[in-house]
This record gives sequence, C-alpha cells and structure tokens, in this order.
Amino acid sequence: MKNYLSNIWVTAKTVTIGMIITFKHLFTRSVTQQYTSEELPEERWKSSIVPDGVLQDRSRMRLHVKIEDCIGCKQCEKVCPVDCITITTEKREKTEAPLFAADGTAIKQKVVQFDIDMSLCCYCQLCVYPCPTECIVMTPEFEFAETLKSNFLYRFAKEKPAPPEPPKEEVAEPVAAGGS
Amino acid sequence: MALKRPALEATISNALSALVVGGAAGAVVVIALIPMIAGLIRDGLAARLTPTMTSVASIAIGVGATVFLITQLPIFLIWLERKIAAHIQDRLGPMRVGWHGVLQSFADGLKLLFKEDIIVDGADKFLFKLAPFLTIMGAFAAFAVLPWGEGLVISNLNIGLLYAIAITSLGAIGILMAGWASNNKYALYGGMRSAAQMVSYEIPTAIVILSVVVQVGSLNLSDVIAAQQGGVGGVTNWFIFRLYGLNVIGFILFFICGLAETNRNPFDIPEAESELVAGFHTEYSGMRFAFFFLAEYGAMFFVAALTAVLFLGGWSGPFFSGPLVLFVKTLALVFVQMWLRWTLPRLRVDQLMALCWKYLIPISFVVLIAAAIDGVVGS
Ligand code: SF4
Ligand code: SF4
Repeated sequence: MKNYLSNIWVTAKTVTIGMIITFKHLFTRSVTQQYTSEELPEERWKSSIVPDGVLQDRSRMRLHVKIEDCIGCKQCEKVCPVDCITITTEKREKTEAPLFAADGTAIKQKVVQFDIDMSLCCYCQLCVYPCPTECIVMTPEFEFAETLKSNFLYRFAKEKPAPPEPPKEEVAEPVAAGGS
Repeated sequence: MALKRPALEATISNALSALVVGGAAGAVVVIALIPMIAGLIRDGLAARLTPTMTSVASIAIGVGATVFLITQLPIFLIWLERKIAAHIQDRLGPMRVGWHGVLQSFADGLKLLFKEDIIVDGADKFLFKLAPFLTIMGAFAAFAVLPWGEGLVISNLNIGLLYAIAITSLGAIGILMAGWASNNKYALYGGMRSAAQMVSYEIPTAIVILSVVVQVGSLNLSDVIAAQQGGVGGVTNWFIFRLYGLNVIGFILFFICGLAETNRNPFDIPEAESELVAGFHTEYSGMRFAFFFLAEYGAMFFVAALTAVLFLGGWSGPFFSGPLVLFVKTLALVFVQMWLRWTLPRLRVDQLMALCWKYLIPISFVVLIAAAIDGVVGS
C-alpha cells in the first residue's frame, strides 16, 4: 500500500516537474537560424542569435586555403576521409630566397598543385585541425551551387599545372533564368 | 504593377495570412453572437414553417455549423500543435507559408487532396475503405449532444452521456478495422493495441462520468450544466470544486482517460512512430489519411469539450455565458493536451495496462463511492 501511494506521488511529482520545464521552454528564445530571404541579402548574417553577423561556432562551410602560408606538409591531404585534397610539391632550391609563412615557419616546399574537390568534401573540418600554419580554413560562405560539376574543383596553387580535359559528357544544360 | 516573383509571392502570402487571421477573429465574433443568430433563425423559421419542419431545419443548420467547425478547426489545431511543439523544443516551427506559417496546414491539406489514393493489393478492400469513415464518424457524431449554450444543442438527448461514451468508441473500431484490413504487421499491431487500450480505458471513463451523473441525477448534458450554474462568481458551483475536492481527482482521471481515448501522448501506442512506423494508418495515403488526422483532432476537441462540460461548467462562465466560454475552456484543455504530448515519453503496453487497471479504475471507484455516499447523506 505504501508502495502504491508513493508510486502515485512520484508520478504526479515528475509529471509536474516535466511540465514546468517544458512550459519554461515554450518561452525561451528559439535557436533556429532561419534561412536567409532572397529579397534581403544584406540580412544574411543577421539572425536572432548572432546579431553581429557571425555564424555559430561549429558551422562548417566552404574551405579556403591561404596558399602563401602553405608549407606543403600534406597533413590535410592525409587526414581527409574522402581524399578530396590533391597536393603536389616540388623541393625549393637552396639558392632561392628563403620564404616564411605568416607564423614564421620556413617554407621548404613549393606547392605546385593544391586542389580541393568541393563536390566530394563532406565538411568534416578534419583538414583544418592538423594544419601547422593554420592556412586551410572554413569560411562563412555556404551558397556556392554550380551548374558544372568540374567547377567544384577548386585550384588554390598559384603555379597551376596544365588542367586535365573536362569530361565531355558533363556539359550542363543551360539553366533557365528564374522569375518571369 | 510589375512585381518580381518573390515580392508577388510575399504579397499573396501576406494577403492570405491577413485573411486567415481576420477569419479567425471573425469566427470568434460569430461564436460569441451564435445565441442571437440562432434565436433569430429559429424565430424566422417558426414564422414560416410547421413545427416539425422548423426542428428539422434547425437540426440541419446545427449539423452544417458543426461540420464546418470540425473540418476547419483541425487546420488551426494542427498549426497550433506544430508551433507549440517547436517552441517547447526551442525551435521555430513552420515560418514560411504566411504569417508565422498560419497557412501551412492549408498547404498540407491541399497536398493531401492531390495525393494518389493508394489501396494496397493484399488489403481487404471494403474494410480498408470503410475504416476511415467509421473513425471520423465516431469523432464527429459525438458533437450532436454537445450543448453550446442555452438550448443550443443539436440533439437534446436525455441519455446524452451514454450516447457520447458509445459513439466515441466507434472510432476505436475504425482503427482496429484499419489495422486488420491493411494486411500489414505494423498496422495490425497498432489496431490490436488500440483495441486493448479502448477496452481498458472505457471503464474508468465511464465510472468517472457515473460519479458526475450521481451528483446531477441526469444523463442529459444540458442538465449537467444547469446543475453547475450559480455559486460565488458563477464559478464555485462547477463540479471540479464540489465533493470536498474529490472531484479534482475525478477531473484529472477523466483528462487522463481522454488522452488515452484519443490516442494522444503518452498513450499513443497505436501509432507509436518509433516502433510501428505509423501504426494503424501505415498503409493509408491521401484523403483517407487526412480523415484519420481530422478524426484525431476532432476527437481531441470533443474530449476536451466534454471535460469542460462535466467539470468546468460548460458554457456558463463567471462574467458571461455562451458558446465562446465553452470554446475558450476547450481550447485551454486542448493546449494542456498538446503541452503534455511534448513533455511525456510514450508508455509501454504493459505500463499502460498497469496504469489503467491498478490505478485509474480503483481510484475512480473511490470517487464514485464518495459521490454516492455524499448523495445519500445529503438527501
Ligand atoms: S572538410 Fe573534411 S572532407 Fe572536406 S577537404 Fe577537409 S578533410 Fe576533406
Ligand atoms: S596542412 Fe596546411 S600547410 Fe600542410 S599542406 Fe595542408 S594546407 Fe598546406
């Protein structure tokens, strides 16, 4: 009998506590970030939570490589789970003038190819952490749809090797202009 | 005027939103004026028609108004539920279609209307088609005995409460039928669970209703409300404040049973999305699915209205009386139903049975016996 009554008491108590908690949440500010409206591009970064126009800490968007700082260590290439980074380096001659990255690390390799295939990238951000000179970063840019798949091959190296011929069958349909 | 497409869309959506919000405000005014309108119509009809024709015509008007209410109300309630759910979970919910998404349910309804009506090959075709109609009938026929005001009831049955208990059970038969006819294991599980739930929860519901009937001495819902009039501020005579506070327990029991009868959380085991796909309506699509949806919200509204009638004085209020009072009370109870849904997890089947047979039924008997003793001593 004691057990029976205590069951009822515990049920009533826990349900009441739960209801109080959910009622409080009914009036807390929502964490949703609304997708930006087409008419107001300048409002893009202004949302209820990040009024200063900065996206949330862990948002992961388009990659960018500050190629002047890259020392060609290929750590990002190794760590990428989908192997979408391709780096080719050439050893710099001793006779050339010494180069330094922004943080003072000596650049001993010449990066002749630094390609990221953004159509494969899964935005895991794993490449960002190991970079010793912090030159591969996530930018707040998230709208970068393309009509050609080959446009997703981002080439960051300044001295580009001859680009491979784009596959013939990937010629995109001309996209009809939106609106009327 | 040449508007760009987004601007045009925004204009249309704003106009429609304004229409809906204005319509809702208009509906409230109309509900407040119903007694006057009904009186005018009745007098007008009585002057032109024979008494039989008059009563037939008033019933037809009442049925029309109720059908309008219970087909339009779920659209609002679904939007409300999604908004409440979203805000309890710190989300925003529908925001895109109209002002804060008020038109979302219309858009969804339109979509369901256009969807293909799929009937699975292995199904029992006749029962499969019949089930949604039975369910929606069970939910909507119950409104016949709901009194909205002085003399404002479609059918003033003197066994109104008995009728309400009986006709709401019809919905469970529809669910069982849908589960069986779908020829799908998840649907069948859902149907079976629903049957088990119905058999269990009808009992405490009926006993709690009986405890009110003992205090009133009548099964007529209009009499139940008449017995709650007067008192301090027009409030203290409500049944929830009578019988030395024991009716509060009765009120809570009835509310819990109402949740179970309408398959709402935490008693939604017949649907149980995470276990049974969608339970009894797994195989349904298009309008037939929409019918189950409408029936759920219709039943929710009816159970809340019945709770308001039995324990909260129905259409009689502290300052003024009428349909609007009942409407507000009902919406408040519906809000609590939604609030509970997003608070509590689902019960397991055995927990559901234990709650009913070990707790609800004995406690409801205590309330009934107390009401009976009070009645005997008082007379
Ligand atoms: S974010 Fe992940 S998938 Fe994309 S390039 Fe970096 S490591 Fe590869
Ligand atoms: S980890 Fe950084 S420095 Fe090393 S190759 Fe990648 S981008 Fe260049």
